[in-house]
Amino acid sequence: MPWELTHEDIERIAIGAGILGTGGGGNPYRGKIRAQLNLEQGYRLTVVGLDELPDEALVVPLGGMGAPTIGMEKIGRGDEGRVAVEVLQDRLGVEVAATVPIEIGGGNSFAPIIAAAQLGLPTVDADGMGRAFPETQMISYYFDGIAPSPVVMVDSQHRTFVLEHVEETRLLERIARSICVQLGGSAMVANAPLTMARLRETCVPGTLTLAHRVGDAVMTAQQRGNDPIDAVCKVTGGQVLFTGKVTDVNRRVERGYNFGRLTLAGLDRRWGATATIELQNEYLICRVDGEIVAIVPDLITLVDSERGLPITTEVVRYGMRVTVLGIPAPPQLTTERALRYVGPQAFGYNERYVPLDKSS
Amino acid sequence: MGMTTLKGKAMNLRLGIDVGGTNTDAVVLDEKANLLARFKSPTTPDVTSGIRNALAGLVERHPELNLGAIRYAMLGTTHCTNAILERRKLNRVGILRIGAPATLAIPPLVGWPPDLRDAIGGHYVIVEGGHEYDGREIRPLDTKAIREAAKTFRGKVDSVAVVGVFSPVDFSHEERAADILRDVLGDIPITLSHEIGSIGLLERENASILNAAVIDAARTAATGFAQALSEHGIRAEMFFSQNDGTLMALEYAIRYPILTVASGPANSIRGAAFLSGLRDAIVVDVGGTSTDVGILVNGFPRESSIAVEIGGVRTNFRMPDLISIALGGGTRIHRSLDGLRIGPDSVGYRITEEAYVFGGQTLTLSDIAVAAGLASIGDPRRVEDLDRGLVREVIDKVRRLVEDTIDRIKTSAEPMPVVLVGGGSVIVPPGLAGAAEIYRPENYDVANAIGAAIAQCSGEIERIFSLDELTREQALEMAREMARQEAIRAGAHPETVEIVDVIEVPLAYLPGNATRIRVRAAGDLALITSHS
Repeated sequence: MPWELTHEDIERIAIGAGILGTGGGGNPYRGKIRAQLNLEQGYRLTVVGLDELPDEALVVPLGGMGAPTIGMEKIGRGDEGRVAVEVLQDRLGVEVAATVPIEIGGGNSFAPIIAAAQLGLPTVDADGMGRAFPETQMISYYFDGIAPSPVVMVDSQHRTFVLEHVEETRLLERIARSICVQLGGSAMVANAPLTMARLRETCVPGTLTLAHRVGDAVMTAQQRGNDPIDAVCKVTGGQVLFTGKVTDVNRRVERGYNFGRLTLAGLDRRWGATATIELQNEYLICRVDGEIVAIVPDLITLVDSERGLPITTEVVRYGMRVTVLGIPAPPQLTTERALRYVGPQAFGYNERYVPLDKSS
Repeated sequence: MGMTTLKGKAMNLRLGIDVGGTNTDAVVLDEKANLLARFKSPTTPDVTSGIRNALAGLVERHPELNLGAIRYAMLGTTHCTNAILERRKLNRVGILRIGAPATLAIPPLVGWPPDLRDAIGGHYVIVEGGHEYDGREIRPLDTKAIREAAKTFRGKVDSVAVVGVFSPVDFSHEERAADILRDVLGDIPITLSHEIGSIGLLERENASILNAAVIDAARTAATGFAQALSEHGIRAEMFFSQNDGTLMALEYAIRYPILTVASGPANSIRGAAFLSGLRDAIVVDVGGTSTDVGILVNGFPRESSIAVEIGGVRTNFRMPDLISIALGGGTRIHRSLDGLRIGPDSVGYRITEEAYVFGGQTLTLSDIAVAAGLASIGDPRRVEDLDRGLVREVIDKVRRLVEDTIDRIKTSAEPMPVVLVGGGSVIVPPGLAGAAEIYRPENYDVANAIGAAIAQCSGEIERIFSLDELTREQALEMAREMARQEAIRAGAHPETVEIVDVIEVPLAYLPGNATRIRVRAAGDLALITSHS
């Protein structure tokens, strides 16, 4: 049954996707407001399950590219995604049946839903990461190494780029990123459609519903006076890595990404301890007193310690009291092949991937 | 801390005035923060005459005070807060956003309560211009469109808020827009967003709009305060208390009044900390209309980590973490066939006419407190006949409400000490669950005014550092040290100075990895620390 999102559903997905988005994937508040504005304008925001479209139906992976800090300030025009899908359809002479997120994140969960709604289409309940990552080759749809072609990029001035026959995904990413930087650091990207059959084979399934469940757990806990952080851990199988106060935010925009490191001073039971978190759009490595406690592709996410709401890399700032959560990566990301694209080495770190201790 | 009289001794005195929903309190402290004088007087509808009355009462009650020795005068006022909450006396604001075609996806005022939007008129225009993160123009500034916008604002708005995309990186478009607006509209108050906030367009825009909306309210407060002081020949430096518990000079407060709207809670938490001597506690501040529950961690109000809403509008200010409930001494008790309801309405400053114990016809929480023997105000005979069952039921409900709120603000299940302050706190019954101990310090009922009087001295620096010759850590340490020195110069005791805010905006358009660093430091007034 297609699922028509309500105001309340959008609220929940924004929180849940913000938590699963590991600090990236766009600002949850802006994503939520954009989705709700589209709803108020009469568009129907519809989500369908992986079994609700035929094998040969064409699905467009879509999302915003850029540094999260820029999205905080330079908000889009609102129709970039629709334009990108239209250009793609024209170019290929096909009709697409749906969109699908490339990643789960505060903004990028909604970008494909909004684009689809403006075209009268649904969005498939899945994504290519089960979290957020900065680059195209890190999307599970392309772990076979074959780059999507064509790829359409549209910015808020409707400046449009069609990239075709760039066979290597990393090169495609580098070219797209250079264009993105020249466009002022943000663009909407629609990748060549996948068949539904292919999508089912390569995606992380059910992640919009998962985001909804996580958001619902947080809101329900808040309403009942329970600990929202506990509730998130229960739904996601996650654990608390650290609780502390942010004492330094070293965050810069470079080559179209947010780069940097956070430093946290321990509070409560962690009094006296120090944690650092490396970030490249997303939170990638968390160390406590120098020891790695979680590393990509496992999910490292920051929530505010009272209400369990996500704190993304563009809003984190000095003095905030936060809880760092570690959530096991979905199985699609931890195969040997997948780790070549999304393991620590893919981000230039020498450390090995050691899965989160599931016993604690 | 008792009342001490130090007649005739030449000292630097501090006057603190706090305007609450029900009472306006005035206190005078000496250099060692001993309370020399205090006076409580009802808040008036125009606020200003309440300030005058409080000051006049204080002077009359304490003829021994050497008014000439008052060096600093601090005002914590609800002028601006009430204007926003009650949607009264707000300026109509013209909003000029510079950034099209970017930003069109979310227009200004989205998510605002409709009545507040109506109260400020809802006039906005989005024009082409603004900057990219690296300082390039998104589009050239559309000066013609700004001139047109100014014409549509004419006669319809009292002030203007100008918000440019990436103005914290390059504010030239905002300044050029202001010139054009002045050219067309004459001498009109203009709020430029880069002076109000940092990166985060919507939050900065909201704060700028609210700022522009309360300009007149702030001017009224400032003028009233200055007049009241001069009527008594007090020539003191005037300050407003700020949201983060520090002080702001009067001339700044008139330009950036939005930075004062949440000063009340900061004052009460700091006042409670000072009076109780506790470093970690829950503070329950009960006024006539509402109760604010905050938390004191290591001597400072715990800050809210999430976007703070003012009057239902999202902003990104630093503010104390606080839960407010509609419960106060003047809260009305409604009895009907459906049962009993407490509030949310209050008789507010009319309590001395309308409450039973003062000869009125309205049943309030204060009447219940008197009937239950918790308070002795007014004429207790007037509540003798109240149904005992009713009194018990109301007291139980109040206890549960306060206990629930305390539970919500705590981060651990362990009981914490609770400090009760505010004139209305007599309505809180003893024996709260979740409270390790309950303190009601002497002078609890003027904690806010004391909090204003002992507000912290702060220092702020903002500078562009080139990271060619310095490491980022060196630049930050330099900035922190400069801010610390500024705070000390402003009167803060060196040992108490803490860094309260660090904002860094990397400036990618300048060579050599330039970064703009803003640091704010604050500390207690030199002589107050030795006291508590």
